[in-house]
Amino acid sequence: MREKLFLKGNEVIAEAAINACCRFYAGYPITPQNEIPEYMSHRMEEVRGVFIQAESELAAINMVYGASAAGARAMTSSSSPGISLKQEAISYLAGAELPAVIVNIQRGGPGLGNISGSQADYLQAVKGGGHGDYKLLVYAPYNLQEMWDLTMLAFDKADEYRNPVMILGDGVIGQMMEPFFPTPYVKPDLPEKDWSLTGCKGREPRVIKSLYMGEGELERRNQIFQEKYLTMKEIEVRYESVDVDDSEIIIVAFGIAARIALSSVRRLRREGLKVGLFRPITLFPFPEKKLSVLAEENRRFITIEMNAGQMVEDVRLAINGKSEVMFYGRPGGAIFTPEEIYEKIKTVY
Amino acid sequence: MKKIFQRPTSLKQVPFRFCPGCGHSLIHRLIAECIDNLDIRERVVGIAPVGCAVFAYDYFNFDILEVAHGRPPAAATGLKRAMPDRIIFSYQGDGDLAAIGTAEIIHAANRGENISVFFVNNATYGMTGGQMAPTTLLGQKTTTTPSGRKVKTSGYPLHVSELLSTIEGASYIVRTSVDSYKNLINTKGAIEKSFRYQMEGKGFSLVEILSPCPVDWGFTPKDSITWLRKEMMSVYPLGTFKDKFEETG
Ligand SMILES: Cc1ncc(C[n+]2csc(CCOP(=O)(O)OP(=O)(O)O)c2C)c(N)n1
Repeated sequence: MREKLFLKGNEVIAEAAINACCRFYAGYPITPQNEIPEYMSHRMEEVRGVFIQAESELAAINMVYGASAAGARAMTSSSSPGISLKQEAISYLAGAELPAVIVNIQRGGPGLGNISGSQADYLQAVKGGGHGDYKLLVYAPYNLQEMWDLTMLAFDKADEYRNPVMILGDGVIGQMMEPFFPTPYVKPDLPEKDWSLTGCKGREPRVIKSLYMGEGELERRNQIFQEKYLTMKEIEVRYESVDVDDSEIIIVAFGIAARIALSSVRRLRREGLKVGLFRPITLFPFPEKKLSVLAEENRRFITIEMNAGQMVEDVRLAINGKSEVMFYGRPGGAIFTPEEIYEKIKTVY
Repeated sequence: MKKIFQRPTSLKQVPFRFCPGCGHSLIHRLIAECIDNLDIRERVVGIAPVGCAVFAYDYFNFDILEVAHGRPPAAATGLKRAMPDRIIFSYQGDGDLAAIGTAEIIHAANRGENISVFFVNNATYGMTGGQMAPTTLLGQKTTTTPSGRKVKTSGYPLHVSELLSTIEGASYIVRTSVDSYKNLINTKGAIEKSFRYQMEGKGFSLVEILSPCPVDWGFTPKDSITWLRKEMMSVYPLGTFKDKFEETG
C-alpha cells in the first residue's frame, strides 16, 4: 500500500476517478463541489484525458453521454441544483444503457437553498429522479477512504451493469480533509464494450437509443432493466453495522450523518447504553433484508438524516411494522453535532 | 455497362417512411452520398435528434447515437473529444437546434468543436404535428399560431446561420435548400465541404438546409416548393455566411 495522501474530499473523488482510468470529465461550476472540476482541469491534461467546462449541467452530462457512447470512462459532478438539471440525461443514460459516474455533493435546498452540506437529495437519487422506471446504483461514502474506494468501484459497476452510478456525497464530506490510503486500482475482468459507437469498420453498424415504438418493445426493454436492478439488489448491497448485535436502539444513518452519529454511539456505549449504528453504503440497492432481520429481535430504530425525513421511508418499508422507527433530522443544510445526537438518543432510550 | 446511379452504401436497403414531399429523405440521401464519396462510412458516428429525423438509424448504414431533444451538439462534443479521429455529425431540426438546444449549438460553435452540424429548417415542428418553431415565418399559420405568427406574442423568425456566423469559433456556416436540382447539388457540396473541413481539423461547421414540410404546412408537395422559394427564401437568403478557410483568387 502506498503512502497516506492528504486531499480534500472532492479532490479524492477526482483523483480516484483518474486512477480508475476515467479519461473524460465535463462539468459546470457550483459550490460546494468546485474542487472536482478545478482538479480535473489540470489532472486530465497530465494524463492526456479530456476536461471540458461546459455551458451548463445539461451540456456537461450530454457530453458524458457522447463520450460514454464512444466507450470512454466518463464522469460529471455537480451539487443539488445542477443535479436537478442533469436528471433528463440521467434518464437517457439509463434508457440507452450507457455507463457513467455522476457525483452529487449535496447542498441545502429546495431552490437555490444554501451551500452547506445536506442529504436532501436522497429520494431524488434512489427513486429515479428523472422520468421513467429506472434506478441508479447509489453509493454514499462516509469518509475519504470510501470516497476513494467507492469512486473507483463506481466506474467498474457502471461498466458491468451498463448503467449510470451515483456517488452521493455532501458539502461537508466534499470539503473535509483527512488522511486516507490511496489503494491501487485493480481493474476487474469486464467484458469488451461490444456496443460502443466507434465507426462500423469490420462490423455491422450499431445504434444506441432509448426510443422503442414497436408493439411491446419498450415493455420488454423495461423488463430487462428491472432484471438488472433485481440483480443489483441481490449482489450489490453494502452496509456496515457497528455494535448492533446486543443493541436496544439502532441508529440508521448514511454518509456524513452516520459519521457524526458514530461518535455519539461510542460515547453512549461508554456509558453502558446499548446503542448501535447501521449504515447503508449502497442507498440503491437498499440493505432492506438485513434491516428486516435486525427488526425481528425486538429493538427500536431511529433514522438520523440531514433532511426532513427521506431514507426513513425506506427504513420503515424494510422493517414493515415489526419495530418502532423514529426519526431525527435537520433540513435546509443544518448540520447536527455529535452532542445533539447523543442528547436525542438519551431522551428516547 | 457503366453504373451511373446506385443506392449509396451509407443508406440501408429500406424505403424512407417520411411524408410525401418531405425534405428529410433527400437530405439523408445527400449525407449518405457524401460519406460514400469521402470513403468515411466506417469511421462516422452520426447523431439522430428528437424530431422527424429520430429514425435516422433506420436509414443510415453506419453507427448512430440517439440524443435528447436539443443536446446533440453536446453529445457530439463528447463523441469527438473521446475519438478525435472519427467523423462526427449531428442532424437537427429547427425546434431541436434553434429552440430547446440554443445554448448547446452556440457553445459548441464557440468552442470550435471539430464537428459537422446539418440543420434542417422546415419552419415548423414536424414530429409533434406542426406547431410554431423559432424559424416559423411571420404570419405563418401553425397549430399554435392559428391566425399566423405575430411579432407581439411570438417574436421574429430566428436567423441561425447569421447568428452563428458572428461566433469566432465557427469555421464554415452556409445556408442551402433542397427545392431544385441546382440547390441539391449546392447542398451536397456544402455537406461534403463540412465533412472535409472536419477531416482536415478545420473546426466547427453548420449547413442550414431549407426543407419542405407539406403535411404540416398544409400545401401539396408542389405548392410547398413554391412557398419555400417565395416566402422562406426571402426571409432566409441562401449563401455562405462564413468560411474561415475560403480559397480566394
Ligand atoms: C424535452 C422534450 N420536449 C419536447 C419533446 C417533444 N418533441 C419531439 S420532436 C419536437 C420538435 C421537433 O421539431 P424539429 O426539431 O423542428 O424537427 P422536425 O420534426 O420538424 O424535423 C418536440 C417539441 C421532446 N421529445 N422532448
